[in-house]
Amino acid sequence: MMAQFLKSRDVMLAGVILLLLVGIGIINPRFVQPGNLVEVFNDSSILIMVALAQMLVILTKCIDLSVSANIALTGMIVAMLNFYYPEIPVAALIAIAIIAGGMLGAINGLFIWKLGIPSIVVTLGTMSVYRGSVFLLSGGAWINAHQMSDAFKAVPRTVILGLPVLGWIGILTVLLIAVFLKMTRLGRSLYAAGGNPTAAVYAGIDVGRSRFYAYTIGGAIAGLAGYLWVSRYAVAYVEIAQGFELDTVAACVIGGISIAGGIGSVVGGVLGALFLGIVKNALPVIHISPFWQMAISGAVIIVAVVINARSERKVGRLILKEAQVHA
Amino acid sequence: MSTISAPTPPNATLTPRNIPDRLSLGWRRIFQRWETLLLVVAVLIFIFNAFASPYFLDPWSLSDATYNFTEKAIVALAMTFVIIAGDIDLSVASIIALASTAMGAAAAAGLGTPAIVVIGLGVGILCGAFNGFLVTRFQVPSIVATIGTMSLFRGISYVVLGDQAYTKYPSSFAWFGQGYVWWVITAEFAIFAVLSVILGVLLHKTSFGRRVFALGNNPVAARFSGVRVERIRFLLFLMTGTAAGIASVLLTSRLGATRPTIATGMELEAVTMAVLGGVNILGGSGTIPGVVIAAFVMGLVTFGFGLLNVPGIVMSIFVGALLIAVIALPILWRRFARRRA
Amino acid sequence: MNAASPKPVLEMRGIAKSFPGVKALEGVDLTLYPGQVTALIGENGAGKSTLVKILTGVYQPDGGTIVLDGTPVLFPTAEAAMDAGVSAIHQETVLFDELSVVENIFVGHQLTNRFGLLDWPAMRARTRAIMANIDPDIDPDTRLKDLGIARKHLVAIARALSVEATKIVIMDEPTAALSYKEVEDLYEIVERLKGQGKAILFISHKFEEIFRIADRYTVFRDGKPVGDGLVAEADTNKLISMMVGRTVEHIFPKIEVAPGGTVLEVQGLSHPTEFADISFSLRKGEILGFYGLVGAGRSEVMQALFGVTHPSAGTIRIEGKTIQPRTPIQAIDAGIVYVPEERGRQGAVTALPIFQNITLPSLARISRHGFLDLAKEFEITRHYAARLDLRASNLSQDVGTLSGGNQQKVVIGKWLATEPKVIILDEPTKGIDVGSKSAVHGFMSELASQGLSVIMVSSELPEILGMADRIVVMREGRIAGTFDRSAVDAEELVRHATGNTAKEAA
Repeated sequence: MMAQFLKSRDVMLAGVILLLLVGIGIINPRFVQPGNLVEVFNDSSILIMVALAQMLVILTKCIDLSVSANIALTGMIVAMLNFYYPEIPVAALIAIAIIAGGMLGAINGLFIWKLGIPSIVVTLGTMSVYRGSVFLLSGGAWINAHQMSDAFKAVPRTVILGLPVLGWIGILTVLLIAVFLKMTRLGRSLYAAGGNPTAAVYAGIDVGRSRFYAYTIGGAIAGLAGYLWVSRYAVAYVEIAQGFELDTVAACVIGGISIAGGIGSVVGGVLGALFLGIVKNALPVIHISPFWQMAISGAVIIVAVVINARSERKVGRLILKEAQVHA
Repeated sequence: MSTISAPTPPNATLTPRNIPDRLSLGWRRIFQRWETLLLVVAVLIFIFNAFASPYFLDPWSLSDATYNFTEKAIVALAMTFVIIAGDIDLSVASIIALASTAMGAAAAAGLGTPAIVVIGLGVGILCGAFNGFLVTRFQVPSIVATIGTMSLFRGISYVVLGDQAYTKYPSSFAWFGQGYVWWVITAEFAIFAVLSVILGVLLHKTSFGRRVFALGNNPVAARFSGVRVERIRFLLFLMTGTAAGIASVLLTSRLGATRPTIATGMELEAVTMAVLGGVNILGGSGTIPGVVIAAFVMGLVTFGFGLLNVPGIVMSIFVGALLIAVIALPILWRRFARRRA
Repeated sequence: MNAASPKPVLEMRGIAKSFPGVKALEGVDLTLYPGQVTALIGENGAGKSTLVKILTGVYQPDGGTIVLDGTPVLFPTAEAAMDAGVSAIHQETVLFDELSVVENIFVGHQLTNRFGLLDWPAMRARTRAIMANIDPDIDPDTRLKDLGIARKHLVAIARALSVEATKIVIMDEPTAALSYKEVEDLYEIVERLKGQGKAILFISHKFEEIFRIADRYTVFRDGKPVGDGLVAEADTNKLISMMVGRTVEHIFPKIEVAPGGTVLEVQGLSHPTEFADISFSLRKGEILGFYGLVGAGRSEVMQALFGVTHPSAGTIRIEGKTIQPRTPIQAIDAGIVYVPEERGRQGAVTALPIFQNITLPSLARISRHGFLDLAKEFEITRHYAARLDLRASNLSQDVGTLSGGNQQKVVIGKWLATEPKVIILDEPTKGIDVGSKSAVHGFMSELASQGLSVIMVSSELPEILGMADRIVVMREGRIAGTFDRSAVDAEELVRHATGNTAKEAA
């Protein structure tokens, strides 16, 4: 039992992250002080949330390359609403962000569900369309900090029990997704639809519909992240979060979520995102140019997929009695 | 019992049932071909452009118009092979960036044009080999592997360049992206034309091309039929790497500068061009002539938008919507036709 | 039909279903009674599985009515069928390898608590309760991929039993992969279900099984019911003649051949999980049959010979020369070719034309410096199309548009064009119509008589006994016995295949 626990991917990844922290701590002890670690977690919250959104989609054997464009578009929508109609309460803007993001996700989902178009094509296309729409909406202009209301900017920064609200929202999202995936029929159907789509049909699961919901929920999370992004950085413009979709896929791959669908845990997704967040925050602290970040995450993705591929490799069918597990 | 034996060579006298080799293609079938439809679209856009701008029909202006698609189209030709084989290479634009960075470093070190070009192509080939190695040796899905190398290759460019740029290239290097082979025929266009013919023959007239189709349609059955599946997949990634190397030489030469952001988003345009050209994104079918026509269509559209003063990012909305539309419309059309039937 | 019949729980009337180019079902009537087992009998491709898919909501019928407990019903989805009380035991392929046993049993109809959330403890408890009667050794939290094929099958059975409101249980060849002991346990479960008043639709090829547990039968041929009645009033010959529409004898046109020298010799071939200590030899002109239950490891041995998988120990000698095929192409070069069981997945590239399939393995030989020679390709294709009596409208037709039998002819033709020494045919007549079946058999005989050595993997006893010169029986990855055709009967083969070798009265 213990040996199996230690061999589990999530535990191994947690061990790697601990080693990473120890290594960084030796070079710069300030990085591993509790206060800074809270800051690192807070800074990684958006990546954690959107990585889990990506995970929902990947579980169903799909991929969403449009999440970052979704963040940019919903972020711009709420920032402009805040600028032109400052009287709209922030809570309503957050709701609008979630709904708008959910609708952008649902558009992806509809093409995949109703027309059966491969997810990579749909989301490559909507990635450009959504990103271009930010330009159409804003005319290429920026919404800067002074054009946003104070309440709009305050939400993610408010500190409760030593952790900013941004971090709390991250934790809440993780818990809700964990319950959703483990404790609801729809959540389990994502695993079934991605793990064996043929069998899912026999089990009474509409694979296309499951995918549609995965995209819609994922889109809603990306929408929420859109608001958090523009309010935290207090600026909205066309290129916000460009390339962020790759970080979310990277977090999933590092977290052991199989790109072939049907395999992956919330813990894995969170750890994968934390790993990237720690690397990103640690680089300046250990005096490495931030220009290294892209190459490092690329290298980490490659190492992670190679490790995943090796562990997923089939050994063959279990026919011989002695090769089977006796529980 | 008959006296035929398996190991005898084919013998025409043994044909009791006459099955024709193929049915003759009617005009209807030719008109229903995707390539025909694309060609019509290309002509329509051409006519529109001619009306929209009096300068469009000038040979020099037409020659200029080819610059906005030839580099992408060269990448798209190789991408066509990879997609037909059931894979995808999302790292091509990053390979262009890395190859360009290597060429910039070579130029900065004082190397001459031939050495710079060899280095650019060499980096492209090496990157392709690395992708091919990952995909075939570790059985990693190509989409994830190339998302990883997409980050890695461009990341190395960032590490080398940061926010700097290489701008000092020898003057003879400018020929590839700015020179002419004959009259208005640019070097870029000539290279694209030659590659189209070579790759068209390779895909449609050789046993290698036949195996690519077999592998893309059913990799398991292809392997069970003695096709060296992994070797072909490796070669195809080598091919996209090489094509990206060539595109990098042309693009770097045309711009005369290397920044780490060079060719950002070009993988999307290359995939779109291939899909618009009728290549099935799931693998198994597609043609080089279709992709060549699609390249012209996208070039003409870009030129037309330029005439209308539409910004580049709006063009990207169009490209994105086009990508979905060319796949969605035939599906909707078939559904509509079936409902009426 | 029988005045003493109880009120039927399910009546299907005039069910029809077509696929592009094929009429799968036409005018199908089927009646199921509570507390009775109805056997559905028919050859592969007779339409049994299509009927099961309609009954479980996976397919929608084009016409006809389904009446459940006196009310007409529609099953637009598999969920609807399950909710209405129809549950099915499909083959292992429709389970989820990455999910746990509990989850596989409850996926699609999970138990929930009062908050609408999944009630895992209750599902786990129910799994233990169901498993206690089937195989108490299976832990509910084991991932399915860690179980062998027989136990996966038991999980599929448990899944069907997990729905308490079930009125109808469909069992699609439930014993195909089970050993003797497990089959006996299954019969007990069937008896218990009968006792609970459930109607059972039992699909099987094995007549002794039908006579053992079924009360009624319905025979299908070519998508139509051709007869039904009480099992007690039927006998094997009657059922067979209904099933095939002719007598068994002239299906097997075996030519007696005096085998020549040894062509293939396999010694101690082993694989870590799939098979162990496989030794046999094959002579020139011989047909060697491989018999066993589904999942006994026969296909796996063949794929190792063909270089698809890699054995961990043992030697393969062809005409005295040791070979170690690491890829199919090395096996092909050595003269071993393989016609796989999964024709659509492994055998044919269905979206490519006939001629491109036929020449695929021979391209290197027939192209000039890598350039295709279409004239030569068509010449070869015409030759083998004629030899195999292929039925097609033209040779550039996609293989996927052909019938199963003609697809199989293309796959065989593809290999003959490579001029092999040994041809391995894995379930060569599975899922093909009767006419093509005897064409394939005739062809196999002819090839052997011309000196080709044939290995035929088959789960059909008549085929094995009718075609093979010698028979190797495999069980759980090992050879359970090798027999001369003249010295063995069906019972003996089944006993070795199921591990019930302690001789007892059948």
